Amino acid sequence: MALSDKDRIFTNVYGYQPWNLKAAQARGDWDNTKALLERGQDAIIQEMKDSGLRGRGGAGFPTGMKWSFMPKESKDGRPSFLVINADESEPGSCKDREILRHDPHKLIEGALVAGFAMRARAAYIYIRGEYIREAETMFAAVAEAYDAGFLGKNACGSGYDFDVFVHRGAGAYICGEETAMIESLEGKKGQPRLKPPFPAGAGLYGCPTTVNNVESIAVGPTILRRGAAWFSSFGRENNKGTKLFQISGHVNRPCVVEEEMSIPFSELIEKHCGGIRGGRDNLLAVIPGGSSVPLVPASDIWDAPMDFDGLKAVGSGLGTAAVIVMDKSTDIVRAIARLSHFYMHESCGQCTPCREGTGWMYRIMERLRTGDADVSEIDMLQQVTKQVEGHTICALGDAAAWPIQGLIKHFRPELERRIAEHMREAAE
Amino acid sequence: MLSRGVYPLMAARHLEPDTAELRARWGDFTWTPANAAKAKEIVARYPEGRQRSAVMPLLDLAQRQVGAETQTQGWLPVPVMEFVARELAMPIIRVVEVATFYTMYNLVPVGRFHVQVCGTTPCMLRGSDDIIAACKKRAMPTGGVSADGLWTFIEVECMGNCASAPMVQINDDNYEDLTTERFDAVLDALAKGETPKAGTQDPARRTVEPAGALSNLTAMASENHDYRGEW
Repeated sequence: MALSDKDRIFTNVYGYQPWNLKAAQARGDWDNTKALLERGQDAIIQEMKDSGLRGRGGAGFPTGMKWSFMPKESKDGRPSFLVINADESEPGSCKDREILRHDPHKLIEGALVAGFAMRARAAYIYIRGEYIREAETMFAAVAEAYDAGFLGKNACGSGYDFDVFVHRGAGAYICGEETAMIESLEGKKGQPRLKPPFPAGAGLYGCPTTVNNVESIAVGPTILRRGAAWFSSFGRENNKGTKLFQISGHVNRPCVVEEEMSIPFSELIEKHCGGIRGGRDNLLAVIPGGSSVPLVPASDIWDAPMDFDGLKAVGSGLGTAAVIVMDKSTDIVRAIARLSHFYMHESCGQCTPCREGTGWMYRIMERLRTGDADVSEIDMLQQVTKQVEGHTICALGDAAAWPIQGLIKHFRPELERRIAEHMREAAE
Repeated sequence: MLSRGVYPLMAARHLEPDTAELRARWGDFTWTPANAAKAKEIVARYPEGRQRSAVMPLLDLAQRQVGAETQTQGWLPVPVMEFVARELAMPIIRVVEVATFYTMYNLVPVGRFHVQVCGTTPCMLRGSDDIIAACKKRAMPTGGVSADGLWTFIEVECMGNCASAPMVQINDDNYEDLTTERFDAVLDALAKGETPKAGTQDPARRTVEPAGALSNLTAMASENHDYRGEW
């Protein structure tokens, strides 16, 4: 079992061929999109539900169900909006970038189809500010789609009016959180909102809004063309479809690759990445879903299916399928401490447990890195993570806590060894 | 290993003092004709009465215009923020809030080349320590501007190029798959006024495919293959 090229959705993911409209159409994009829309809103949403697609931005919420939460008619005249989350900033994640710069028309066609299905007036694509060239490509691709009559009034001749706008961020990880993204789009600091109200009730400009990840939207048209049964033929139950994996760190050939869900870790690494640097026995640990999920030691990850349930079973998560591989040369405490630094830097400052806690956690982590700590501080750190986790408006606090919890769970002896060594050196 | 305190390598985030000299230099800032047209187009992306949504793109545009006038990446003097506030009929404090919240707005002057080295774990695992050391070796000041006006160094958080790590973003371009030698070559080229090739610096690689051993989509390498015939 391995995904064959004909079943890959993002055929230009490596950018060997041009991204432009003509080339994209030759690959099958924008092929009679009108016919897709003529199936009607409810049929499209049902097909998405049947496909088993779960959101590709990390949380894994069923995409079709999310679309169905949008109002079927506006009782008070408020329009609905689709916001596409291209604020890809989770350490390890680098898949949406390849869609934006190499296959932008898959995303734009997906925006029209999804926007139509949820009865939205327009879509805003929120691209992280650092993706400067990628945003240039998106602006140009959207302009091409307008010129071809695929967007705007009577989009694709469907009788439906739909606009797509590109909005650039400016360097704030937190804007990947859906309500922070909405705040940012409104021209404010990107600080998450309390929920409820949920965006589907009151989101952008107080209007019903759905926020979806780039990959979730971009796979839509292909799922409709090939059918829910095709998409759900990949992956295990509850974990359907194909997925862009991003493998970074200590493999021989880091890469981004579309594979079927539930592919075993070992197969993913051996087939596409040339194996672990120094061989399988040199593997120390893996962060399988981006920086926010706990690490998994080598022995647990090797045969694990790379999907939501498979990684949950080993105490971690699929997240964005950003696989960070660490071999035995890694200073594992520093690797996690650097993530703590990331969360300290990116905390928006709104909730005290996160604003203060991320700094606390980083400072203790730095002392544990050098061993300049007391053994009791390991438990104290664990407690601090528990005081942050679940006590903040958004999940950034949780995301800062989990990597540390994973480290303590799996590498406590290493933390204790460093403390003992530091004490021994101090005594000498 | 680098020694670091709590916020050591990050540029300090503070506003450049609002002095008489600053006012004299930037007090009459206004769009160039080309940017005035761009600003109009940007504001039109948002619904009527929601022009405040344009504050981020307009701050970016203003920073770029300051950059063009100063031969640097650009930054945001307080009078320029005031100009943007007037353009959008916003209170100045709301603009300052946005400018200080998002790290891509430079609050103090930067050099011609803003060397932003990613130091987050995926890049760290692939050798970003060496890239940071190379910047230090060239005496690039953290957050400040080098004596020749060319360089500003800063360590940044994950830039989303993890499968082609380590990487650096210099102004608008990324340079990926770096080694000390490849990085030095990029910097030398920039210093000479050349335009080095952006993207991966690995000669055997195109973008983020498995380098030198394409494991999938091989037909795409040579032609714009249409797979629909095989569905």
